[in-house]
Amino acid sequence: MKILVCISHVPDTTSKINFTNDNTAFDSTGVQFVINPNDEFGLTRAMWFKEKQNATVDVVNVGGPETESTLRKALAIGADAAFRVNMAPTDGYAVAKELTKVAQDGHYDLIIAGRESIDYNGGMVPGMMATALGASFVNNCISLEIEGEKATAVREIDGGKETLTTMLPLVIGGQKGLVEESDLKIPNMRGIMMARKKPLTVLEPSENKTFTSSVHFEKPAPKGAIKMVDADNIDELIDLLHNEAKVI
Amino acid sequence: MSVLVYIESDNGALKKAALEVASYGRALANTLNTSLSAVIFSSENNELLASYGVDKVLTVDYSEKFNAKIYADIITQAAQKEQATVVVLSSSADSRYLAPMLSVGLDGGYVPNVVELPTQTQPFTVKRSVFSNKAFCATEISTAVKIIGLSNNAFGLVEHPVSSQTEPFSPNIISTEINIENVDKAANKVTIADAETVVSAGRGLKGPENWAMVEDLAEVLGAATACSKPVSDLGWRPHSEHVGQTGKPVASNLYIAIGISGAIQHLAGINSSKVKVVINTDPEAPFFKAADYGIVGDAFEVVPKLIEKLKEFKAQNG
Repeated sequence: MKILVCISHVPDTTSKINFTNDNTAFDSTGVQFVINPNDEFGLTRAMWFKEKQNATVDVVNVGGPETESTLRKALAIGADAAFRVNMAPTDGYAVAKELTKVAQDGHYDLIIAGRESIDYNGGMVPGMMATALGASFVNNCISLEIEGEKATAVREIDGGKETLTTMLPLVIGGQKGLVEESDLKIPNMRGIMMARKKPLTVLEPSENKTFTSSVHFEKPAPKGAIKMVDADNIDELIDLLHNEAKVI
Repeated sequence: MSVLVYIESDNGALKKAALEVASYGRALANTLNTSLSAVIFSSENNELLASYGVDKVLTVDYSEKFNAKIYADIITQAAQKEQATVVVLSSSADSRYLAPMLSVGLDGGYVPNVVELPTQTQPFTVKRSVFSNKAFCATEISTAVKIIGLSNNAFGLVEHPVSSQTEPFSPNIISTEINIENVDKAANKVTIADAETVVSAGRGLKGPENWAMVEDLAEVLGAATACSKPVSDLGWRPHSEHVGQTGKPVASNLYIAIGISGAIQHLAGINSSKVKVVINTDPEAPFFKAADYGIVGDAFEVVPKLIEKLKEFKAQNG
């Protein structure tokens, strides 16, 4: 089985969010970048398929040279080879089209992406890839088993879960549940050394066709100060929620 | 030309998010000086759509379980039939599943997490939340067909009665290799995605045996229950209740956090909620900096009192 894991290079959750160039671009100054958490759950599940079912695992990312540290980390965790499509990932559709091309050229059986990236929260790339590839698609995937050509997946739905079966090729939008946080791997020194020798291929974009563009960013208005209510004065809280906040 | 909304229902009842999508679609259709059509996979309760401004209801002749590929193809056919220039969906798990497939099928740009009506229509520009609601982004859609994912509780319900017509819609049904084997869903329980109020609790509750008061509080408020990540990791509550960056997102009108310190990953998931109330014994808990109302106190004393007072309030105010 050939697996492709799509990796987003995103600011760490604790990053301060600021914009630059007259609020038209994200300010990455001093920001620590990580593998998108939803992608890391998927990558870790892919490692399980590698260990138990002899799968090969490639990783791919759309981004500039600064994202290669994130791909190297994925190689250190255990991926076999990496691809970087040399394009700024400004539009979900353009990213999905480039990833689709990589997936087609590599004839992958299983494509794992995160349900969304934690920066732009688009949540569209896996569904677009699946549709463009004509492959099956399971979003919000919290469990995945593969037996031969048959896949059994569990999807988290509002208020519960749903079990689906399908045939490969399959694209999933993965999330926590595919593996647990305690299963995530921190690369060891041997993995980091080996990652340096693994292939990281840079591909030029095939078309970079966009549907949308981000023109301007703004931050929400600063939040007003918290109103503290005495623990013995619950009536005041109810009054505030009813008359001021108007939520009850 | 038209605006098309995808209307979701649950056991025959229209979801609140669907009526919000209809309200938004009506306002958008007025802006664009066009009509509003709705596509729905259930034939009940369609009169309600007329009161939210839907001119034409397409009731789909297809009653099998939700299957995203088939549904997306049917909605694509409906959009083509109605010559829709904008398709609006909610932020439910199903809508988020469908929208990217519609985008490719209709060759139309999709923008999720949209928080208001377009700021302009030439070029077509919408405001969406990004970075887990820590920022907003004005986003242009350059394609002929536009697909909008409306953020929950962002627009609200706006009644706008019109005379509506209903039309049966018999699309071509494609085949798919996806089979839905089993759906496991709690009946008669408010889901986190649909709830106007969410009551959430953390490790401060000391153990799963203490959740009865959280459920009681939720019941009084008609709220969904949720929990912090440590609580779901410890197995005190099911994973499906975990809210936060790697759990479910919350965009409720009211979010009540009990015994949750407010780690940044938790806040990232609940930021979109409008009003946040924090109850915590520790006055230094970071959550107080992110909340609107706070009580420093022991949950085991505060919550039962709050339940009692809310019952009195509900009795007086209906």
